[in-house]
This record gives sequence, structure tokens and C-alpha cells, in this order.
Amino acid sequence: MLQVVKAPAQRIKLGRIGWSLASLSVLIAIWEVAALIAASRYLPGPLAVVEVMVREAKAGELWGNIGATLARVAFSFVFAMFVGSAIGVALGRHPRADRFFDTWLIFFLNLPALVIIVLCYIWFGLTEVAAVTAVAINKIPNVAVTMREGTRSLSKDLEEMAGIYRLGWWKTLRHVTLPQLAPYFAAASRSGLALVWKIVLVVEAFGRSDGVGHQLNIAFQLFDVPMILAYALAFIIVVQIIEIAIMQPIMARANKWRR
Amino acid sequence: MAPLTRPVTRPLTFSIRKKVFPAVGLRGEMIVLKDIAFHVQPGSFVVITGPSGSGKSTMLNIIAGLDQAYEGDIDLGGGDKCLAYVFQSPRLLPWRTVYENIALVLPAGDRRRGNIPDLLKRVGLSDAASAYPEMISLGMQRRVALARAFVLEPEVLLMDEPFVSLDDPTAQDLRELLVELWSSRPTTVLFVTHDRAEAVMLSTRILRLSGAPASIVGDIPVSLSVADRTDRDKVRAEQRRIFGDA
Repeated sequence: MLQVVKAPAQRIKLGRIGWSLASLSVLIAIWEVAALIAASRYLPGPLAVVEVMVREAKAGELWGNIGATLARVAFSFVFAMFVGSAIGVALGRHPRADRFFDTWLIFFLNLPALVIIVLCYIWFGLTEVAAVTAVAINKIPNVAVTMREGTRSLSKDLEEMAGIYRLGWWKTLRHVTLPQLAPYFAAASRSGLALVWKIVLVVEAFGRSDGVGHQLNIAFQLFDVPMILAYALAFIIVVQIIEIAIMQPIMARANKWRR
Repeated sequence: MAPLTRPVTRPLTFSIRKKVFPAVGLRGEMIVLKDIAFHVQPGSFVVITGPSGSGKSTMLNIIAGLDQAYEGDIDLGGGDKCLAYVFQSPRLLPWRTVYENIALVLPAGDRRRGNIPDLLKRVGLSDAASAYPEMISLGMQRRVALARAFVLEPEVLLMDEPFVSLDDPTAQDLRELLVELWSSRPTTVLFVTHDRAEAVMLSTRILRLSGAPASIVGDIPVSLSVADRTDRDKVRAEQRRIFGDA
């Protein structure tokens, strides 16, 4: 993922894009050369992959599958952020509860994603709910830990100020508490999105009949490498568009006040 | 400035029998304040001075209601007093502009919001109204904190070394500003400082704290007129009279 750009100067921004294009071109060139040398159907060149991508897109397969995956990502991401934040804030505010539940958190943090996925499917059936739940459960402990850290570091000074000046709970929440939690929430979102993408594909490969993960699974069974790379590429492009069009503007806005 | 709408009548009463800091780690329980009692007449400017760790800030925190673990009685002078506190650090919200930081302490639509532009002008921040606190100097941030306290038109104003770690000219500017603001609207001020010259320049009365646990070792009236307070020689003369130094 790209890094956040804080108040970028125009010149630097152009430079960044230039560098990205240059490095991308080199990567594609290396790929092309490697494909030429290997001359194998298991390592197609960039052009072959793009061809497959275009074909799949024209057939409507690509969009349908990416759409299905995006919907799962969105649901499990929102679900995980909501539940994880609630747990994290609660634990950050109540040290005794934190002491008790810390062990649970460590348990879930270290539970392999695959175990959660398999168990969810066994217990709840091969359903959409099981799929989304499995992804969310994988992410919730990370969100909880990050938000707990944020809650612990809330400024006592500002809380006292809010009390003295009688801001009331709503103003305190909106102007004092939430802005302090925002960076933690942003960090949890970014690492969260990165994790959720990957796990959704696994969940789809295991027990869904559509989505990028499912498609990759079929391609794997046929050893259809161009198809695998086509979906991977399309997927990377979509993720980057979301990162640049949604995540970065939000971050830039939230960081406006920083020096 | 608008005249005082709620008349301040009864004096503020501070009467603490005992204030204890609980044991932390190897350090045992510590008695910070013991049998300290005084009244503050409405509209007066009381400076509390004394060595570090003598419990001055603790006294302000008790009056403000931030610290409620004490034995004794605090009476702000009856009724629901409007109170403001200027802390040692400005305690501004870094993610809100200068203007928003000040406006935040007033309800939406409050008449006092209309005073903000004028107040910003008086503290010399008209051009910085839409700046964020991290983008302006510490001296300017302290002015914002001062404006935030004054916009409330508080009946009781607590100040805990609000001008420390500023260069002398800046601090002097802010002191003159404080004298001006205080004299334009009768406000009861309790002001903690180490600085004797500052104490004399600002106050109508100085309480000297000493010992552990702290007790009041001096209660000295200061008889400078508002005009005299900005005159360094007169302040120095008064300081000599009170402390025998400077």
C-alpha cells in the first residue's frame, strides 16, 4: 500500500507519480523478459495476461466476481471495525475488564485464520453469513488492540479542560475524544483493509461459488496461470483505486491540522 | 466588555483540613495540605506563591473540582459560579482552529460568541483566527487559552503559572493584557506563580505558602493602582517593600 501523503506540495506529488511510473515500467519489463526466457505456459507475459483480463471483463465475469468480493470485503470490514472498536474502547477504559479479557484477545490474535474459516463453515454451513463472520473474526482482535491503545492514550489534560469548561458529553465526544481516536481508527482501517482483502479470497476459495477467490481456485485446479494473474492484476488495480480515491483523501483531511 | 450580569456577593471560601496524596510505589502517603483556610473577596486578584511541591496547583485543582479527594470545605461564593481555568500548558484542541477553540466553550447561539472577534483583537490574534494551534507559537497559544477563559466572562478565574517558559517581553505583554482584561470586568482571580515580580504586578493580595505540609506563612495586601501595575519601577518598589528584594 502507498504511504499517506501529508499536505503534499505540487512538485513533490508530480515527482512521486513519476517515480511510481518508472518503477512500474521496470517491473513490467523484467516480467516480459522473464516470460520470454521461460517461454512456458506457466509464466505468461504481461500482454497475454491483459488479454485474458479484457476477455473476462467483456464476458462480464470479471466485474461480477470483483463485485461479489468487494461486497464481502465491505461487510466484513464494517462489521469488524464496529465490533473491534467497541471492544477496544471498552477495554481501554476499564483496566479490570482489560486484565481479564487480555488473554482472550491474545488467544484470538494467534488463532490461525484458516482455523477460524474452517470452523465457521463447519459450524454455520457454507453460507454468506459464515463467510463474512469468519473474515470479521480474523480482523476484530487487531482492531480491538489498536483502539485499546488509542483509548489508553486519551489525554487526561484535555478531559479535565472539557470538564472545567462544561462542554457536555456530545461536544466532548465530538471535539475532544473522537479526534484523539481518529489516528488509531485510521491505522486500524488501513491494516484492516489489507488483511480483509486477503482473507476474503481464502474464504471464497473454500466455500463460495463466486468472487475472485473462487475464480482463483478454479484457475488453480486448471493450472491456468494467465487467469490467476489476470484476476490478481485486476484486483490490485481496484484496491489501489480505493486507496487513492477514498483512503488518502480521508487521511489528508483528517491530518490537515498537523504541522 | 459587557457589565457583570450576575452580582458576586459572598466571598470565596477555601478551608482544607487535610489533603493527602496516596502512596505510589516506594513513596509513602504524603500530606500535601493541612489546615489551610482563607477567604477571597469577590473581584480581588489573589496570587498564591511558594516553593515547588508546596501544593499550589493542588489548591487550584481542589477549587476547580478536578480533585475531590480532600477533607474540608470549598465554597465558591454561592450559586452556580461560572468558572474558568488557565492551565500551565495551554491545553488547546490541536485539531480545532484558534477561533473554534474559543467558541467551543460557549453554547451555540450564545451572545458572548459575538465578543470573540473583539477579544481576538485585544489578544493580538485577529490574523490567526483560522490557524491551528500547532502552527502558532507557544506565546500565541497561551493568548488563545487566555481568550478562551475570558470569553466566558467567568466569575472565578483560576490560573496556574500561565506564563512560564515564555521569553520576558512576551510574558510581560500577556501580564499587561491580563491586568487590562481583569480591570475591565470584575473577576475573582486565583493565580499561582513562583515569580515575585509577577505576583506583585498582578495581585491585590499575595498568599505565601511554605513547609511540608504547606501552610500560609504570609498574607500580604498589594496596594498598586491599575495604572501603577504597568510601571516597572513602581512594581519593583512594591516588591522591595513586600519581599525585601528586587
